[in-house]
Amino acid sequence: MRGKEGHTASLFKQDPLTLDSGAVLSPVTVGYETYGTLNEARSNAVLVCHALTGDQYAASTHPITGKPGWWERLIGPGKLIDTDKYFVICSNVLGSCLGTTGPWEKNPETNAPWGLDFPVITIRDMVRLQAALLDHLGIDKLFMVIGGSMGGMQVLEWLTTYPERLHSAVALATAARHTAQNIAFHEVGRQAVMADPNWQNGTYYNTAAKPDKGLAVARMTAHITYLSEDALTKKFGRNLQARDVVTFGFDADFQVESYLRHQGSAFVDRFDANSYLYITRAMDYLDIARRYDGRLADAFKAAAHVRCCVISFSSDWLYPTNENRLIAHAMNAAGVPVSFAEINSPHGHDAFLLAEPEMDQMLDGFTRAAAVARGLAP
Amino acid sequence: MNQQPTKLRPDLKLIADLIDPGARVLDVGCGDGALLDYLVREKQVDGRGLEISQQGVNASIAKGLFVMQGDADNDLNEYPDASFDYVVLSKTLQAVHRPRDVLVNLLRIGKRAVVTIPNFGQWRVRFNLMRGGRMPVTKSLDKTWYNTDNIHFCTILDLFDLIEAEGLRVKEFVPHTKLGKKIHASRARANWMADQGLFLLEK
Repeated sequence: MRGKEGHTASLFKQDPLTLDSGAVLSPVTVGYETYGTLNEARSNAVLVCHALTGDQYAASTHPITGKPGWWERLIGPGKLIDTDKYFVICSNVLGSCLGTTGPWEKNPETNAPWGLDFPVITIRDMVRLQAALLDHLGIDKLFMVIGGSMGGMQVLEWLTTYPERLHSAVALATAARHTAQNIAFHEVGRQAVMADPNWQNGTYYNTAAKPDKGLAVARMTAHITYLSEDALTKKFGRNLQARDVVTFGFDADFQVESYLRHQGSAFVDRFDANSYLYITRAMDYLDIARRYDGRLADAFKAAAHVRCCVISFSSDWLYPTNENRLIAHAMNAAGVPVSFAEINSPHGHDAFLLAEPEMDQMLDGFTRAAAVARGLAP
Repeated sequence: MNQQPTKLRPDLKLIADLIDPGARVLDVGCGDGALLDYLVREKQVDGRGLEISQQGVNASIAKGLFVMQGDADNDLNEYPDASFDYVVLSKTLQAVHRPRDVLVNLLRIGKRAVVTIPNFGQWRVRFNLMRGGRMPVTKSLDKTWYNTDNIHFCTILDLFDLIEAEGLRVKEFVPHTKLGKKIHASRARANWMADQGLFLLEK
């Protein structure tokens, strides 16, 4: 459905991808971008995992929006994740809509878009696809896997599922499980999509109108959870939008309303409503400790050789410090060498995408030390 | 990462001298990681840190160390039993809320604990209090009562009492000046003379 300006690979053509649900997919297409050059020893690969509505364009211009990559601040020549030194890979997650197999793609059996016939996926299924992409690229072991938010959840599943393929791992502003509140917000978003008459049980692909209104509302709700109350107050306060007095109507009188409406309408141009349902579901299903009789530490026992770093942000109420500290403590208890800190930031959950000097210092120190330990020049 | 031989503050060197090569070491309140860095380089220990300040965490990580942001009162509970050979608590016991719990926790987590304290029984401190009638402010205890982080001051003899009350064993006792010069004296005399006391403890 979307442009595929970047690389794609067609995987699982013979043996299908078996999902946590038991369903199988074959073939599976994955859209991805790379930056930098893989060294001869194939020891300098960094896998960047994107968040719920992110994509593979971490450090290059987005083909639809024309905006710079979502982590261009960190990834590039001479930057913190230095593409003169590292080979950076970022792939669109399973179920998403920018070149990777998802509900928008044609079901090979019916030759019609999957819609709700697409199997429900998990974070670990996304990671399985990433591992297959690494096989395809000839990379056995990653120098680093790094991601924030849902990207951090993928990092955690890499540690549980393919620890032997990791040298270091960085998880930012994330959680090892979705709480009731997390699930609740996602459910509001999904219900907004499903309440849109254009959604038509997910079969809107060949019709004139898409469930844009519902998806926009979902995005508006979610966007509030990415910011802090302070950030909203600082940015907008009770400021009015291009008017001196309220209109006694339901126009976007307030700047914050106008801002959210814009966030909603811009989002629907680049995202598929069914993909949104599937990916939020995958996040809701995440509960890593549950697979280990409630002992999160046991999930990381096979990763005791992986250098880890967990970072939270003080004003993040979506995946607050507590959730991140649980992860770090579990790693510690499993003997994993891990560093953890809560960065003081007013920016809420989105802080991991923004300029946070203390986070940068921490990441820089961690990455340099990991590079030395991997035999890469400091 | 610099590769020159590490120079260590003399009082930290006294701690380092007590630690066996190759041991697993947790440094509680590791600051900028100077002691751990030294131990990793010179004694090939497997070192971890716990530190409250972001500055300290970042400085430690830049040295290639693994550090958790947290404090002795709250975060030690999360460490499994007997997961370290040594747990170091350097000049921090007097700044925690529950020194007794922390002390017990050190020897739950580690086979041995290395604890150093600033000695409130030292003659300058006593003299200061006697003469001035106000909480002493000396060179090594240089904050006033209302802005000091040190909320549970004790003397060397006080700590001996607590150690004995908890049934712990003092394997080594090294009273010293703040420049790290050892003082060879009895407990009571050390309590009079030493700026700091270093204790190597076992269960």
